[in-house]
Amino acid sequence: MSLRRSLLSDSTTAVATHNPDLQHHFASMEQQQDASVMGMWVFLITEIMFFGGMFAGYMIYRYLYYPGFVEGSLHMDFWWGTINTVVLLCSSLTMAMAVRSAQTGQRKAIVGFLVVTIFFGLAFLGIKAVEYDGHWSEHQFPGHGFQLLDEYHQPSPYTSQAEVFFSFYWAMTGFHALHMVIGVGLVSWIAFHAWRGRYGPHYFTPVENVGLYWHFVDLVWIYLYPLLYLISNKHVSG
Amino acid sequence: MASFGVPIERENYLNKEYGISSWLLTTDHKRIALLYLLSITFFFFIGGFFALLIRLELLTPAGDLVQADTYNKLFTMHGQVMVFFFLIPAVPAVLGNFLIPIMIGAKDLAFPRINLLSWYLYAIGGLFMLYTILNGGADTGWTFYTPLSSQFSDSHVIAAALAIFIAGFSSILTGLNFIVTVHRMRAPGMTWSRLPLFVWANYATAIIQVLGTPVLAITLMLVALERIFGLGIFDPQRGGDPLLFQHLFWFYSHPAVYIMILPGMGAVSEIVTCFSRKRIFGYKFMALAVIAIAVLGFLVWAHHMFVAGISLYAAMVFSLLSYFVAVPSAIKVFNWTATMYKGSVSFETPMLYAFGFIGLFTMGGLTGLFLAALGLNVHVTDTYFVIAHFHYIMVGGMVMAYLGGMHFWWPKISGRMYPEFWGKLAAMIIFIGFNLTFFPQFVLGYMGMPRRYWQYSPEFQVLNVLSTAGATILAVGYVLPMVYFLWSMRYGKIADSNPWNAAGLEWTTSSPPTTFNFDETPLVTHEAYNYDELDEPKEVPVER
Amino acid sequence: MFENLPLWPARASTTAGSVDALYVFLVTISSIMCLAIFTMIVVFALRFRRRAGHRAEQIEGSNALELTWTFIPFGIFLFIFVWAAYIYFQERTPPKDSTEVYTVAKQWMWKFQHIEGHREINELHVPVGRNVRMIMTSQDVIHSFYVPAFRIKQDVLPGKYTIAWFHATKPGTYHLFCAEYCGTMHSGMIGEVVVMEPAQYQQWLSGGAATGSLANTGQGLFASLGCSTCHRFDTQGRGPNLTGLFSKQVLLEDGRTVSADENYIRESILSPAAKVVSGFKPIMPTFQGIISEEQLNALVAYVKSLNAPAAGAAGTPNLKPPTSQTPVTNQ
Repeated sequence: MSLRRSLLSDSTTAVATHNPDLQHHFASMEQQQDASVMGMWVFLITEIMFFGGMFAGYMIYRYLYYPGFVEGSLHMDFWWGTINTVVLLCSSLTMAMAVRSAQTGQRKAIVGFLVVTIFFGLAFLGIKAVEYDGHWSEHQFPGHGFQLLDEYHQPSPYTSQAEVFFSFYWAMTGFHALHMVIGVGLVSWIAFHAWRGRYGPHYFTPVENVGLYWHFVDLVWIYLYPLLYLISNKHVSG
Repeated sequence: MASFGVPIERENYLNKEYGISSWLLTTDHKRIALLYLLSITFFFFIGGFFALLIRLELLTPAGDLVQADTYNKLFTMHGQVMVFFFLIPAVPAVLGNFLIPIMIGAKDLAFPRINLLSWYLYAIGGLFMLYTILNGGADTGWTFYTPLSSQFSDSHVIAAALAIFIAGFSSILTGLNFIVTVHRMRAPGMTWSRLPLFVWANYATAIIQVLGTPVLAITLMLVALERIFGLGIFDPQRGGDPLLFQHLFWFYSHPAVYIMILPGMGAVSEIVTCFSRKRIFGYKFMALAVIAIAVLGFLVWAHHMFVAGISLYAAMVFSLLSYFVAVPSAIKVFNWTATMYKGSVSFETPMLYAFGFIGLFTMGGLTGLFLAALGLNVHVTDTYFVIAHFHYIMVGGMVMAYLGGMHFWWPKISGRMYPEFWGKLAAMIIFIGFNLTFFPQFVLGYMGMPRRYWQYSPEFQVLNVLSTAGATILAVGYVLPMVYFLWSMRYGKIADSNPWNAAGLEWTTSSPPTTFNFDETPLVTHEAYNYDELDEPKEVPVER
Repeated sequence: MFENLPLWPARASTTAGSVDALYVFLVTISSIMCLAIFTMIVVFALRFRRRAGHRAEQIEGSNALELTWTFIPFGIFLFIFVWAAYIYFQERTPPKDSTEVYTVAKQWMWKFQHIEGHREINELHVPVGRNVRMIMTSQDVIHSFYVPAFRIKQDVLPGKYTIAWFHATKPGTYHLFCAEYCGTMHSGMIGEVVVMEPAQYQQWLSGGAATGSLANTGQGLFASLGCSTCHRFDTQGRGPNLTGLFSKQVLLEDGRTVSADENYIRESILSPAAKVVSGFKPIMPTFQGIISEEQLNALVAYVKSLNAPAAGAAGTPNLKPPTSQTPVTNQ
């Protein structure tokens, strides 16, 4: 893929016939863009199905083991989780602003917003690392040695149920974090190309598509947060 | 433009560039289709080799050819290789990749580089699968039931799961590519109602690939995590439920069987119309039927679990829905038959395969009614009856449709004709070998022989011997096309652009097509299967 | 039929006849359907074969025909569904007056515990003409209890009980196969069901089980494991009184109401916190890993026996619960 300077015209149709970004099998930039965005939407639907399996399993076990899920949720760090939610929401805002800047051809703005998005993404991952470290040192990882203490620092009667909760916690946030890492990588990649002047009104589909991916990963977290952190604010009587 | 055996070859997608990197770095959908052809054929013979060993072991009631563990690995690897590395990709990734852009008048798929990535993912998954095989394989059955797979098996479960996981992404990306291509790349005038049924079939398949495969991916991931980290989602001792695995697994694997059969049905529609010189009977119903199968196929998964411990009422719901999904398949069989009525029928090799498909798919499909019948399912599930049922559909149906399609489109793909006598002979050997292999298994199943048995009770021997005899005949039948297709690439009669006088945009391109398929974007002005406008073939266009 | 090539196993249960009838019906209509389609194809292929001067007639379709061959098959399918569902309903609804056998499946053998106390491995003796209810669980992976001659099959799961039942109609010895792949010797996990005339069966029963009845064994465990400490037979216990518990509707702490079947009793022993009875605290310790499946079966049998005679299972020895004055001794 060779790097080219963007053309200064901000009219798509004016450069359509000679747009160097038009791939040979498409008849027009409009068709290419349409197809590209549709492809990303279809991909996101597959991601919904991927996470969906875990969400389905979570719902079943939550119904069966509600007290254990409450106990597990009470051992989440409410504040870190809430801060992370705010962080991701802000990152979606800056991502959307980056797409807008690409559409209007403001090169410095694109790069700036993308860099801030990366920063928010890394902040999210850092906070997640802190949380994971905390859970790990409290032996809240399923398997031998799993332990859950109630508010009196005694092993909770719902320990084995809470272990199922934690299985889902680690699996779901783990896959989410993996998608965040990939997302940070993608945003970095287009930030680099944006800095080289690749995107403008004539061609900004990669920015739009990475934006779609980023919003999706954010949306998954919006569902994870209440399901994992906000089940109840009261211990189950015990 | 006909070449009539002119020795100077025109430029086409095969001779445009030479060298290994022009193949391994190609973005031409036709070359990618051939890359797939090589790889799936390779895996077909590996899976077939395992099948032969299984059938050899089953000649005698005692386990005397291989050890029990080895036998368990053989049927597991046979299933995994055949399902994930042959059946799922075969028609879509070979014929679909090659033909769909041309059939809709496009120069390529929507995302050519993702198409190549699909093949690489398939190849990497295939390498992992080879690694698994060479290191002894997995022994959980292709269905990976927990807690056997998540805790008790000490075979290469994770490697096998990883291989399938990676190949699954190949399938997802192909599906994604096809969906966007059919939506956005049709030539002017190619409306949805003018699409060839092969395109409809692959489109419906793509929807299933995109929605179903990710669930398999996460399910296999969870099994791997349970094995590595001891998570406990499927472990009853830790509050988990082994049945959750079965629900998640079959949620994909039932629609998966429709991924395997629908493209074959599409190929059969193309062949039956061409060799009856007639438009398809009931085009709208045929197109709607494949969509109905794709949608309804997602609603029946627990019919694999009627004795697994699900509730009585859940079982009734899934049984009822399974009868719903049988209806569109039946409609298709009737419509193919009706297409021949008042047609002008000839019996070239592709048509022989189409006949074989219709007959064997009908038998396999009817036995699906037996299995969906709750009270009867209890007796025959997990026996050879099920094995016979799905082999009738997968092998009697799908593989015959694939071979039929390969023969039909071979002149387009290679520019050469296959030898017609050998084509017919192989088709008949396959048909006979197939029935002898699998029909006895229906009886075996009803008599009570369970599946996945290394050793069996002596009263089952006679039928097992018949079945093994059939398998050897079937094997010969499969080797023949390998040999003569290769032979034809050097010595086959040179084909012109439309040796069958068939309808469809692919037959307006040269044989083989140029890299970009069309010199000019076609403008479509007629319905599919416009055989009223086409001449009869002047002579039977193939060598005797 | 043909002696050397049987098409189906012996019919040795009340279910076998109805299953075979449905099978024969399906074989018949499938054969008719196949014959019809194959004949049409052959006739069309020959009658409309390619001939010089004849062109195909382009026929678009026929809505009437499509609807006909949609709704008629659909109607037939619904008929099959209802017939088969009826048989299945019977297969999955054990009659109330069944004698019971507890089954523990493990890699790669079948262990049976009769309620009279007899234990068998890979061989199951049952009386002809009686309803037999199998209460089954697995020690490891999923297995499946399959007796072709009875036309019954039920997966056997770890962590819970599944139920199968049959009513044998012909004395004889019949195959028992494991029908869910379970590892190396799955094909060796086979056995025999020996159906005996009532008199012979009584004789076999009196041939002695060294231990007492299963419920007796359970009673001993109930004491030795300390269950009676909390589960007293008055209202003073820290745990619920178990008299008359079996098949009662139980109100739980979280408001749900569940039926106290075998699985409920089993789960309460292994994961007591899963379903806490209303009015009680989740203080019961778990016995997961402490008792074997066979011991669990004995305890379940004992708790079931605490019901009043009318509600008890036929053949289950009726054990009176000890009064609160009875000293509890470790055995």
